[in-house]
Amino acid sequence: MAQQAIELILLRQWASYLTVPLLLVDHEGVLLFFNEAAERVLGQRFEDAGDLRAEQLADLFNLQYEDGERLSPVEHPLGIALRERRPAHLRMRMRGLDGSWRLIESTSMPVEAQGSRHLGAFAMFWEVPQP
Amino acid sequence: MKVTLWGTRGSIPSAGPETVRYGGNTACVEVRASDGSLLVLDAGSGIRRLGATLASERRIDLLLSHLHMDHVQGLGFFAPFFRPGAEVHLWGPSSTDQRMRERLARYLSPPLFPVRIRDLPCALSIHGLTEDPFALGPFRVTAKLICHPGGTLGYRIEEGGRVLAYLPDHEPALGVRHFPREPEWTSGYDLARGADVLIHDAQYADGEYADHEGWGHSAMSHTLAMASLCDVRRLVTFHHDPSHSDDFLDALHEDALSCRPPYELVPGREGLTLEV
Repeated sequence: MAQQAIELILLRQWASYLTVPLLLVDHEGVLLFFNEAAERVLGQRFEDAGDLRAEQLADLFNLQYEDGERLSPVEHPLGIALRERRPAHLRMRMRGLDGSWRLIESTSMPVEAQGSRHLGAFAMFWEVPQP
Repeated sequence: MKVTLWGTRGSIPSAGPETVRYGGNTACVEVRASDGSLLVLDAGSGIRRLGATLASERRIDLLLSHLHMDHVQGLGFFAPFFRPGAEVHLWGPSSTDQRMRERLARYLSPPLFPVRIRDLPCALSIHGLTEDPFALGPFRVTAKLICHPGGTLGYRIEEGGRVLAYLPDHEPALGVRHFPREPEWTSGYDLARGADVLIHDAQYADGEYADHEGWGHSAMSHTLAMASLCDVRRLVTFHHDPSHSDDFLDALHEDALSCRPPYELVPGREGLTLEV
């Protein structure tokens, strides 16, 4: 398998040290990595995630607006960052693969590199404490 | 290809009786194709002596890995720059906010240097590189960004079915808990994969690395592991720490050889010529 771009390698290494959940996909939306903090929110270990694409996230995690309306694959922040190459932020509900519903906030950023290379996008997200 | 090391030291020239055998000049490597075509890799202080041998060379292609001082400080003393009729092509990493000419001019202009780039009498062309492979005469050159602060390129140079990989300043183990990890997630892998000769940063002894993590350089064990991962035929150590004496480097390489690496380990010494 070919080597990933250095920007993605460094991003993954950085993410592996963070306690903020972070999920990284390549320019086609293919999952590259999520860190241990993300494993706790998503309810799944990265090693067990298998092949996964950004457009599957909405269905896989039952992503919903706060009022319970379903999010389409193109509406969640990671999809917007990937497709429109701009940052996006949203508060939403999700159901982890452990079956637990969580309220999260997610900010996604495109990964833009020198030479106009669009390498992918990453989502940082965190659970919102509920009263 | 024939490869000659004109400077193997890292960080700062380190001339002195304690560095005579490995050399004190900073990074510069001459690469000759079988038809005599020339590539020069980096312009550390070693380029001054190389330049003196190029009096009849019409075209010179000089590939810079990055613009840290120890890789460009020889530019102002490179004889072909001052020879009308010489055609010099300078290749190096692109930047998002400044052209390479402007970045180089910060050094090649007063007060740091008396001669400005625009006053050089040679025909000078400066090219910012992308990551697309390109041809230079008989050479096929691939440049890729690698793990070192400030936008640094490594090079893969192919000619006549042989491969030279040049990663003079490289810290592929940065942030990796157990190095090496899989090739897909290893900086520099695509450049060095299957190389006949890999010239690679080996600045630190293992015990020195912890105090220099993130500085952009490798400990010897990282260098050895990188060469194994990439399945190279020969590893040439490079970018020796300026504080390392010849005796220290002898001991460092003896230790490395005792690990019985599955490739030929060649201590990078100034003046060494290799057939690739």
